[in-house]
Amino acid sequence: MTERINVDDVTTERALDLYREMLRIRRFEDRVYQLFLQGELPGTLHQYQGQEAVAVGACQALNDGDWITSTHRPHGHALAKGVTVRSAMAELYGKATGCCGGKGGSMHLGDPDVGMIPAIAIVAGGVSVVSGMGLAFKMQRNGHVALCFFGDGASNEGAFHEGLNFAAVQKLPIVYVCENNMYGASTPFTATSLVPNVADRVAGYGIPAVIVDGMDVLAIHDAVSEARQRAAAGDGPTLIEAKTYRFAGHSRGDARGYRSRDEEAEWKEKDPLVRLEYSLLNAGRAQESTFAQILDEVNTELEDAVEFSRQSPDPRPEDALTDAYATPIGTGTHS
Amino acid sequence: MNNNASPTNTDERRLTIAEALREAIAQEMERDPRVFLIGEDIGIPGGFGGAFGVYLGLPEKFGHERIIDTPISEKAIAGAAVGAALMGMRPIPDMQYSDFLFECMDELVNQAAKMRYMSGGKLSVPLVMRCPVGTANRGAQHGQCPESYFIHVPGIKVVAPSDAYVAKGIMTAAIRDDDPVLVFEHKLLYGSKGREQAGGLDLTAHVPEGDYVFPIGRGLIKREGHHVTVVATHLTLYRCLAAAAELALEGIEVEVIDPVSLQPFDTDLIFSSVEKTGRLLIAHEDTLTGGWGAELAARVADDCVYSLEAPIKRVAAHDVPLPVAPILEQTVVPSQERITREIRALCAM
Repeated sequence: MTERINVDDVTTERALDLYREMLRIRRFEDRVYQLFLQGELPGTLHQYQGQEAVAVGACQALNDGDWITSTHRPHGHALAKGVTVRSAMAELYGKATGCCGGKGGSMHLGDPDVGMIPAIAIVAGGVSVVSGMGLAFKMQRNGHVALCFFGDGASNEGAFHEGLNFAAVQKLPIVYVCENNMYGASTPFTATSLVPNVADRVAGYGIPAVIVDGMDVLAIHDAVSEARQRAAAGDGPTLIEAKTYRFAGHSRGDARGYRSRDEEAEWKEKDPLVRLEYSLLNAGRAQESTFAQILDEVNTELEDAVEFSRQSPDPRPEDALTDAYATPIGTGTHS
Repeated sequence: MNNNASPTNTDERRLTIAEALREAIAQEMERDPRVFLIGEDIGIPGGFGGAFGVYLGLPEKFGHERIIDTPISEKAIAGAAVGAALMGMRPIPDMQYSDFLFECMDELVNQAAKMRYMSGGKLSVPLVMRCPVGTANRGAQHGQCPESYFIHVPGIKVVAPSDAYVAKGIMTAAIRDDDPVLVFEHKLLYGSKGREQAGGLDLTAHVPEGDYVFPIGRGLIKREGHHVTVVATHLTLYRCLAAAAELALEGIEVEVIDPVSLQPFDTDLIFSSVEKTGRLLIAHEDTLTGGWGAELAARVADDCVYSLEAPIKRVAAHDVPLPVAPILEQTVVPSQERITREIRALCAM
C-alpha cells in the first residue's frame, strides 16, 4: 500500500521537476547496471536506486555557488547537482569527454563547474574536507554553503567526530546529510551502534539534528532548505538524517544475503518515485500520461548519453601522466 | 647547476630559522588575503605561539580570523586545509610534531594528493603543511622524521629547509605553489635558546628583509670538495659539515650538498657532483629502510653508474623506534663520529 506524501505546498510544475530529476537518476542507474553486465563499463558500481529523494531534495534546496561532497555512491548526487548525463555517463565509460576526463570514474564522479568536488570514496572522507569548504566560504563572506552527503557507516569513523565538532565550534556554513540506508556494506547499522539513530550521536556536538523520511523528496527539501538558511545566516551546521534504503546491493556482485526479501518489499512500498507519482495522481494534479511522457524524455536523454559515450574518444595514454601536479615536477627544476 | 649558497656576510641581518619562517609567513599573509594559519595552540592568548613559537606575534597582527585555533583534531586540521584549498584559499596547517601526521594520513594521501588528479586537473590543493621533525630526547612518538613516507605519494611535494635563508625562501615558494607542499623543519634547528643549547649550533643566517623565493626542486652545495659527495638534511647536514671540516685535515675534500627538496630532488645538482667525485654518501635522521636516501641512491645508481668508483653508502637512523635515554638515542641516530668514520671508509675504497 503506497503511502501518500504531502504535496499541498508545492506547485505541480515544481513537483514534476523533482520527479523528473529522481527518474533521471533511477533510469541512469538501471541503464548503467545493464551496460555494466554487458561489459561496456570498467570497474565497479555502487548504485543509488531507492535513495533518489535524498539527492534531489537536498540539491534542489541549494543555491548557485553552493558546493557538495559525495561518497563512493555518487551517481545520484552528481546528477542532482547538475553534472550532465552525458559527462557522467562518459566518465563511467572512462572516456576523455567524462567530467573528470576518465581519471575519476564511478567512485570519484564530480565536476567543479557545477559545485561538486570529485566524490570521496573513503568512508567519512568528505566529513573532513567539507569543514574546509565551509571555512573558506565563511572567510570569503560569500554566503555559500557546503553540503556533505555521507552514510550511516561514516558516523563510525573518527573523521565524523573531528569534522562535526570542529565545524560546530567554528559555526561553519555546512549542511550534513546522512543517508541512513541501514547497512554499511553488509553490516546493519544496529550492529554497530547502541543508539538507533545517527542523529542521536549529534547531541555531543551542540548542533541540531533532524530525522526525516528519506523516501519523501519534499520532506528532504524542506529540511535542507531550513538547514541551509541557518548555515548561511552564520548559525552553524545542522545534521539531517534521512532514513532511506538502497534497493540494489552494496556494490555490483552483492546478492543481498544479509537482509530479508520481506524487508526489501516493505521499503519498495516507499519508493520515492512511486509515492510522488501516486500522491500527485491522487490529488488530481497530474495525469498518467504526464509521467509516461517524462519517462520517454528521460529515456531519450539517457540513450543520447550512452551513444555520446560510445562515440567519445578514449583519453590518450599520455594523459595518465598529467594532472598529478599543477606545476609538473619532472626530476628537478634543472631538467 | 646552482651553487648560490646562502650569503654569510656577518654585517648583514641574521635571523634564526624560526624568525625566518615567521617573516615569510607574515609577508605572504600581508601580500595575499587567502593565506591563513590553522592548527593546535597557534593563536591562544598567553599560549604557545604555535609549535616552537614560530607564530609568536602573528595573532596580534592578523587577528583570529586568519589564525584559527582548532581542537586536538589532526584529521579536522588537515581536512579543513584540503577543503579550504579546494575553495581557493591558501591554508598553512601546522602539525606541532610530525609524528601526528599519521593521524591525518587519509586527508593528506587520499585527499590532498589526489584531488587534482581525480578532477582531471580542474582543481588544485595549494596547502602548506608545517611538520617539525627530529629526535630530542622525546622518545618514539615525538621525534620521528617521516619525510620519506610522503615522497612516495604522487601529488605531494616535500621540502626540508636546514638554514634560515632557505627556510624563508622555500616557505614563500611553498605558499605560492599550487600543489600541496609538506615543509619538514627540524626542532633543534629553529634556533630558539633552548634548542641552541641542545644542538650547540649557531644556526642564524643572513636573511634579506624583502620577500624572495627559493625554488622548490633546487638544492645547494654547502661545501665544495672533489673526493666524495655527501647529501644530508637538517641536523645531520650540520654533522656532515663538521665531519667534512675534520676530514679536510686528513686531506679528504668532501662536497656537502643540502638537497632542500626531497620531492622533487635536484637530481641535476646531485648527479653532477657525483660525476665529479665518483663517490656518494647519503645521511639522514630517518630510519634506513625505505628512507629517502634509498630513492636517491637508486637514482644515482641508475644515472651515474659509470662515474661511481665505489658503492653508494647510506648513514641513517637504525631500524628501531626512537629511545629516550640520551646514550641510546645517540646510538640510533647518525652521529658526527659515525658519519666521519663512514666517509673515511668510503674514500678508502
